[in-house]
Amino acid sequence: MGFLTYLINGLSLGSVYALIALGYTMVYGIAKMLNFAHGDVIMLGAYLVFMCMSSAGMPAVVSIVIAIACCTAIGIIIEKIAYKPLRRATNLAVLITAIGVSYFLQNMALMVFGSNPVSFTSVVSWPGLSLAGGQLKITGNAIVTIITCLIVMFGLMWFVKNTKPGQAMRAVSEDKDAATLMGINVNATISLTFAIGSGLAAIAGALLCSSYPSLNPYTGSMPGIKAFTAAVFGGIGSIPGALIGGLLLGIIEILAKAYISSQLADAIVFAVLIIVLLVKPTGILGKQIKEKV
Amino acid sequence: MKKLNGSTKKLISSIAVILVLYIVMSTMQATGNLSSLMSGLLVPVCAYALVAIGLNLCVGYLGELSLGHAGFMCVGAFTSAFFSKTFQNEIPDVPRFILALVIGTFFAALFGFLIAIPVLRLSGDYLAIVTLAFGEIIKNVINVLYVGRDASGFHFSLKDMMSLNMDFDGVVLVNGAQGITGTPRQSTFTISVLLLILALVVTHNFVNSRTGRAVKAIRDNQIAAETVGLPITKYKLIAFTISAAIAGVGGVLYAHNINSLTATTNNFGYNMSIMILVYVVLGGIGNFSGSVVATVVLTMLPEMLRGLSTYRMLIYSIVLIGLMLFNWAPGILKFREEHGLTTKQLLDKFKKKKEVQ
Amino acid sequence: MALLEVKNLGISFGGLRAVDEFNLSIEKGELYGLIGPNGAGKTTVFNMLTGIYKPTDGMIYLDGKNITGKKTADINKAGVARTFQNIRLFGDQSVLDNVKIGLHNSYEYGTFTGVFRLPKYFATEKKMDERALEILSVFGLDKEAKVLASNLPYGKQRQLEIARALATNPKLLLLDEPAAGMNPNETQDLMDTIALIRKEFGVTILLIEHDMKLVSGICEKLTVLNFGRVLASGETSTVLNDPEVIKAYLGE
Repeated sequence: MGFLTYLINGLSLGSVYALIALGYTMVYGIAKMLNFAHGDVIMLGAYLVFMCMSSAGMPAVVSIVIAIACCTAIGIIIEKIAYKPLRRATNLAVLITAIGVSYFLQNMALMVFGSNPVSFTSVVSWPGLSLAGGQLKITGNAIVTIITCLIVMFGLMWFVKNTKPGQAMRAVSEDKDAATLMGINVNATISLTFAIGSGLAAIAGALLCSSYPSLNPYTGSMPGIKAFTAAVFGGIGSIPGALIGGLLLGIIEILAKAYISSQLADAIVFAVLIIVLLVKPTGILGKQIKEKV
Repeated sequence: MKKLNGSTKKLISSIAVILVLYIVMSTMQATGNLSSLMSGLLVPVCAYALVAIGLNLCVGYLGELSLGHAGFMCVGAFTSAFFSKTFQNEIPDVPRFILALVIGTFFAALFGFLIAIPVLRLSGDYLAIVTLAFGEIIKNVINVLYVGRDASGFHFSLKDMMSLNMDFDGVVLVNGAQGITGTPRQSTFTISVLLLILALVVTHNFVNSRTGRAVKAIRDNQIAAETVGLPITKYKLIAFTISAAIAGVGGVLYAHNINSLTATTNNFGYNMSIMILVYVVLGGIGNFSGSVVATVVLTMLPEMLRGLSTYRMLIYSIVLIGLMLFNWAPGILKFREEHGLTTKQLLDKFKKKKEVQ
Repeated sequence: MALLEVKNLGISFGGLRAVDEFNLSIEKGELYGLIGPNGAGKTTVFNMLTGIYKPTDGMIYLDGKNITGKKTADINKAGVARTFQNIRLFGDQSVLDNVKIGLHNSYEYGTFTGVFRLPKYFATEKKMDERALEILSVFGLDKEAKVLASNLPYGKQRQLEIARALATNPKLLLLDEPAAGMNPNETQDLMDTIALIRKEFGVTILLIEHDMKLVSGICEKLTVLNFGRVLASGETSTVLNDPEVIKAYLGE
């Protein structure tokens, strides 16, 4: 039963990673940039939910909706100010700017919220299920996290496949110039991608801190890096890849913590990533692109 | 005398500038005019600058983005500190420090080489994320590493101090997350500056040698490089290994400047790798002297802003974003060009003025 | 014995048969043309000859040695050099350095010697500079030795690419559309250059070309490729008058 519990915890953590990884993978797919600041948007989302719930006493759902709206706006603003002017610049320049944005968000949070961690109240009040005569306990957090992740994932896949803006997103990720010629508004599409990614970050932040309640200005940083790893793991640019990568990463991390060493868990996660990339250089679901001679 | 080419001239002038700065700083320190804060930063700045030079070789000449150079710095720091601490009473100071330098550099190079073998099969962002992963693994493993020594020899463990199973008189050398304490503090400002100059000379000579040309050719066009008969893997390995070795030297300096050496996210994790990358990019990709300048300015800047307390890192981040936009955004570059405001145009104006005088 | 002997060469990409049963025999010293409509598979043949693509079938012999499927760098060392349809220079390096990179395997000194500038470094670099300038002067590029390769005008970039290929001291030089994008004057210059390098370097040349004036002007023999297969092969005049070839080029 211990194993099952770990597995479910792993799925739950993996779902959070998957939600964050989505933000990375979509932005990478469309703008070909590593948005290093994405992890910090998660942290902001979590603080927003915390403020609405604990300070203003709003119900969880309302708080999350407000956080999503704010994070979406923040995502769009960041894109407009910091990334859009660099659209035709080298990748490295965009990467460093994203790092700058990441520093900015962290220090902004440090000024507003202080460096002391706050204790996050879970957005899920349901205690969860107790199965097999109390031997297998599944927390409400875990269930809600996993289900939310699946709904978001399939919703997004449907959106990208069947709606006009979704198709525009796919077209832009395939070939920006050709998409422009086809009359697609590339700038609007990229903004939309940032908006969706940042909105999801708010959800991810709320769910992450519901399971790991200590929240400080650097909370988003490590999960952000790991989720990015998950996106690469699954094949960056691919939405189902983010799901698979995120879930696998979460499960590996929790199982490594449980059975090998809690201190070495991160090292093991990264080692698995390296092995996967060496066997399949573009990730599990990634596409191979060869240079034409 | 043979006419010097442009890059050699630049090297000589940057060494001259470093020497002048060195003299100024040392005099200020000797006369007590340097704040203890600044004084404490002299060696770390040189250490970071070394890592930046190493990373610049990788990013600027090999053309690959590494986010794991803090890991090589970490290897250099821990192997050399381990050596110095172990033989603290057995080898005299000077030869021990020289050996520590050699050992730290060697192990950083070895790790660079071993990591490069699999990593260089990848490219672009995939390579970047794998180097980041390696850096994190190195940091993580060092945090659970316990090494002790007693009469019967060395004892290792990845669990805790107790499982070292040492005799009563055993000494713990590496104590897990507490790292290594009591490393002799031998990194002086003078040694640091000398090593910095050495690194500048080595990298300058390297990129202007037969091997360096091959590395640049591979960066510029790998397929063409293959068709003129260059063994791609060999030269990529050489460049990456040297790059890691230089970062290792930075690690040795860093380790021998502090009493208690630990591996945290901020000193040897990806945060540090990213910080160094910022120095490299702002100093100019492929410009080694630029890396040194950027390191000095960007390390000192937040310290000078210390009076602004909580605002300082916020200002730092805004300056960073602003600089990137100013230097790289195509729209802004076009505006600067039209109004005669590019760096080159400004420099030319400046030169002309000097000539008129 | 022929310098280059290609037997039943073929390659498939997925289900697509790009080149099939390709045969070619080039004698030492010949100037040989490979022509054919767009998409016929000419560059694919070059890519197989230089090891960039691994052929699915067939054999390639250079001077009697089997070089099929070898690594690109090793094939170059065996004596095959090439240029590219879309010029591939080392753009961020000087014209001189581009040629010196071509000389890389002819002049040796180690990384250590280079980093610490031991005497051998200076001696070898001097020899390399001299040889590189010598090669550049054949193309009249020696005055631009210090210019950044990417700053050269288009026609000169093509010439530099040939100079770099020749620096590797090849037995066989493959030129992929050397006249692409050139005006008639430049094309005429190029024809003169090609004649000159045959004389100066004694190299055998295989070239892909669309410009019929250039092909009929300098090539001694031709092979015509259409839809990945050899349509005709032989003396230039015979091949160009072949009704099948005319049909493939001009349509019916």
